[in-house]
Amino acid sequence: MKSFFALPNDSTLKTLLVALLLCLVCSALISTAAVSLKPLQIANKDLDRKKNILEVTKLMQPGGDIAQLFKQIEPKIVNLATGEYVESIDPNQYDQRQAAKDPNQNLVIPPQRDLAKIKQRAKYATVYLVRQDNQIQYFVLPVHGYGLWSTLYGFLVLQGDANTVFGLQFYEHRETPGLGGEVDNPKWRKQWEGKLVYDPAGAPRIQLIKGSVGSNDPNKQFHVDGLSGATLTANGVTNMLQYWLGEDGFGPYLQKFKNKV
Amino acid sequence: MNSETKKVITDPLFNNNPIALQILGVCSALAVTSKLAPSLVMCLALTSVLACSNVVVSVIRNHIPSSIRIIVQMIIISSLVIIVDQLLKAFLFEISKQLSVFVGLIITNCIVLGRAEAYAMKNSPGMSFLDGIGNGLGYSLILILVGSTRELFGSGTLLGYQILPLVTDGGWFTPVGLMLVPPGAFFIVGLLIWGLRTWKVEQVENPEYQIRHVHRLEDA
Repeated sequence: MKSFFALPNDSTLKTLLVALLLCLVCSALISTAAVSLKPLQIANKDLDRKKNILEVTKLMQPGGDIAQLFKQIEPKIVNLATGEYVESIDPNQYDQRQAAKDPNQNLVIPPQRDLAKIKQRAKYATVYLVRQDNQIQYFVLPVHGYGLWSTLYGFLVLQGDANTVFGLQFYEHRETPGLGGEVDNPKWRKQWEGKLVYDPAGAPRIQLIKGSVGSNDPNKQFHVDGLSGATLTANGVTNMLQYWLGEDGFGPYLQKFKNKV
Repeated sequence: MNSETKKVITDPLFNNNPIALQILGVCSALAVTSKLAPSLVMCLALTSVLACSNVVVSVIRNHIPSSIRIIVQMIIISSLVIIVDQLLKAFLFEISKQLSVFVGLIITNCIVLGRAEAYAMKNSPGMSFLDGIGNGLGYSLILILVGSTRELFGSGTLLGYQILPLVTDGGWFTPVGLMLVPPGAFFIVGLLIWGLRTWKVEQVENPEYQIRHVHRLEDA
């Protein structure tokens, strides 16, 4: 060891030794940090997702225990192609975003059908149900799609008729603050409440329009105010809802509930 | 505290500010300052990385082969940044979502490498630590000023509390959209540098370029 310190700094041996030692020490430190903090990070992400679901269904209570409150919500796995529930997968273990990247679990979307510009999606999606007296009160559907700068991830909540919007909330995006970032504005989000997503023929009609929705607009039940200065983000939101509510998204699943009502 | 120690800490605040005089680390100063809270966390993250990297580099400074010294410094800095990033994701999840890629970009922040190369390679660990803290504070000072100006005039809030009532909520203040986009920070940083150099005239640089008559070689 003594001879190592005594070596001239610029000798090849010492250069190699220093590089090797440094790499070993640093990689050990980073791996320790990453492995030991991983459970906390996963718990944070999980808690964040649950908090967003509780917020968008208005079940969140200030200071309430998220894990406790989340017991009112029932996660279910849906096969998007058939619209049937998949009971063989534990919804608490399934990660839809991870599955979208896995060639065994995802589906490449042909470009001409890729309204949301997401290129691929998981075959199975996790939906969250809120029941009251055994009737489904709310459907919480995960949606995502490309805006201007980033993919927006959010939840769309429909009421039990599988057509009336209860709320829309994004939990992850990197749109311009003050412009596209206004998708987080509570006032803008509030006008989604009560809008209808499907026309009587069953095609997704909900869209953001330029400017504000006039009181004389014959289709005002399908129209939501656009975001001024953020046309591309607004188009992204419209496209993602069209995609996820359409036959490639939750269309087949929601169809089953519409027929019942 | 002797005068040398004091100088190491206070010099980077006004006399030798990393952003305002050395014009380093401007990227993150533009990117994270649209709100005050992420600016504060960024200051904390950068200051701790800077102080730690200075200490580590200084401790092994006599054994760093000069041929690979920049790589050695970068490995130390990037390891520290990854650890800070992991800690933020574990303990300050909300803020880490807002800072997103910018924590990772501390690695490329010239202030950190600049101090490692210019100071820690030649000074004792203790002094290098103080130099890291001092430069971190200088960076923080600018970030906090820019962050509070941008949040106050861009959203009418400070740390999320409403200070100026917005027109959209029935108040009188129309937010300045420019403050919310990164170019807004350029104006504020520019104004700060202007103010600082009016106060401390010695920071004004000599003109870099003057038209001079040069004899052409053929004429000689």
